[in-house]
Amino acid sequence: MSWRFVLIEAWNGLRRNVSMVVSVVLVTLVSLTFVGSAVLLQAQVQSMKSFWYDKAQVAVYLCTQYSTLGTCDQQEASADQIAAVEAQLGSDTLTPYIDKFYFENHEQAYEVFVEQFAGSAVVDLVTPDLLPQTFWVNLTDPTQSAIIFEAVGGMSGVESVVDQRSYLDGIFAMLNAASLTAVGVAALMLVAAALLIATTIRLSAFSRRRELAIMRLVGASNWFIQTPFILEGVVAATIGSLLACVAIAGILIFFVGGYLADALPTTAFIEMGDAWIVFPILLGLGAILASVSAYIAISRYLRV
Amino acid sequence: MIRFDGVSKVYRTGNRPALHDATLEVKPGEFVFLVGASGSGKSSFLRLILREERASSGSIHVLGQDLARLSNRKVPFYRRNLGVVFQDFRLLPTKTVFDNVAFALRVLGKSEAFIHDAVPEVLGLVGLGNKENRLPHELSGGEQQRVAIARAVVNKPAILLADEPTGNLDPNTSKGIMDVLTNINAAGTTVLMATHDSAIVNKFHKRVIELTDGRIIRDEAVGRYNNAEGHNRTADLTPLRADSQPIAVQPLDFDPIPDFDPMAPTSEAIDLSYLDRSTNEEPL
Repeated sequence: MSWRFVLIEAWNGLRRNVSMVVSVVLVTLVSLTFVGSAVLLQAQVQSMKSFWYDKAQVAVYLCTQYSTLGTCDQQEASADQIAAVEAQLGSDTLTPYIDKFYFENHEQAYEVFVEQFAGSAVVDLVTPDLLPQTFWVNLTDPTQSAIIFEAVGGMSGVESVVDQRSYLDGIFAMLNAASLTAVGVAALMLVAAALLIATTIRLSAFSRRRELAIMRLVGASNWFIQTPFILEGVVAATIGSLLACVAIAGILIFFVGGYLADALPTTAFIEMGDAWIVFPILLGLGAILASVSAYIAISRYLRV
Repeated sequence: MIRFDGVSKVYRTGNRPALHDATLEVKPGEFVFLVGASGSGKSSFLRLILREERASSGSIHVLGQDLARLSNRKVPFYRRNLGVVFQDFRLLPTKTVFDNVAFALRVLGKSEAFIHDAVPEVLGLVGLGNKENRLPHELSGGEQQRVAIARAVVNKPAILLADEPTGNLDPNTSKGIMDVLTNINAAGTTVLMATHDSAIVNKFHKRVIELTDGRIIRDEAVGRYNNAEGHNRTADLTPLRADSQPIAVQPLDFDPIPDFDPMAPTSEAIDLSYLDRSTNEEPL
């Protein structure tokens, strides 16, 4: 019975304070959408990292007759030099670090090149002898590319050693910065949401000050006096959280699933499955934020 | 039932005590008038019993509870034993008479079935049995005060505190209110009523405790109060010199503006509403 009274009081508070409630809903919506986006962007970065880092190889480029880099002196790497590099890569010292490696000659490199740049005018300018012969190395632990640099980097006939991961790091740094920015904006918006909820509850308490005075006089317990206000804040914030969940789902379905997946078909993007983990986080965060700030606001109001 | 032992109350902003070394005891079932001019400490006295304020020194025991040791969390449960009535009624303007009284029970979590029994009963007790569905502004001042009394006693408190309950009412209406309070007292409730209406005090022959400048200057089992003759008007002027003794002054042969002392450093707002006894406006 007393729960019924508490719920009616909370409902009346919401009804009397519509404009403030709407603003709480909107601020919670925006802040939690940012929180959700940051979480999902982080998840995307992680999944892309594990996807691409596994594919990333270390390339040992050998000298061509046009190259002046490394130990090359416009001399094609000789068969002896190639054998020496192969022996080094197959040696007992390196075996524990190398998953597998294979050799790619001019013709194979040219085929890959033609395939990658199909339709581009650059294909007509490139001949097989321009492309270096290469040892492709897959590492057991992709972070230990330094070992390969050390072992074969200075050998004669080796033009350069390139870890493909270094190309990816730039992209991931950018994505990380974007997700950190989202977290920063989310934090600011959450502070605004908390303050707005507190102000709303204070206003609501002010508009019910006569009832509050009488409740205190006749001995209504603090729980009984405070709960309607806390519920009011939680309901408003929960509406905002639910809308934020809808917004996140919308972004995933229409932007990520619809646009990005078409534009970048080779990339694995996060899907709705990942979002189901985010929704409880958003709902919980909204409820905790609202109840804490509403509780503080109403306690300060009721303190004599 | 209520015991004060050397109780003093000094407000942070006040430069003199609102209550000074007050010692008294009120027994169960008593009817006590608390008299004195505005600013004499009557309201502070009631606020201390309500535990809206804590005593600066001394101890207060009400219903066996030491109020100094009562934690904030337990105060609501303590207050359920007290009923309070104010000069300005403090009814909820948007609720009917029934709902105003029922509010006091609903916020204590009482069942609707209980409320539907208890509210009509108490409204009958205060003589408003037929006005359950009126709104406060449709009632006269006296009727509004009856609603307030009904709300205060619907939970059957052991003690009823009334702070100038007749302060906004004309003498005839006041008498009706006093009859209600007397009936409640006769049913066993201890009544503590603050007033400066000497006509009422002198008519009812009850115990009178008189406060001047926060001091109990008189406590008589069947007392009188000679406010109307103006004997105590000087009490209002003494606060100008807080340390001075009250000066004996001859009775005035005119009626000064009662209780108006612009210089008095009271902690409560100066209340001028009694100047116009015909209005029943809600002062909030």
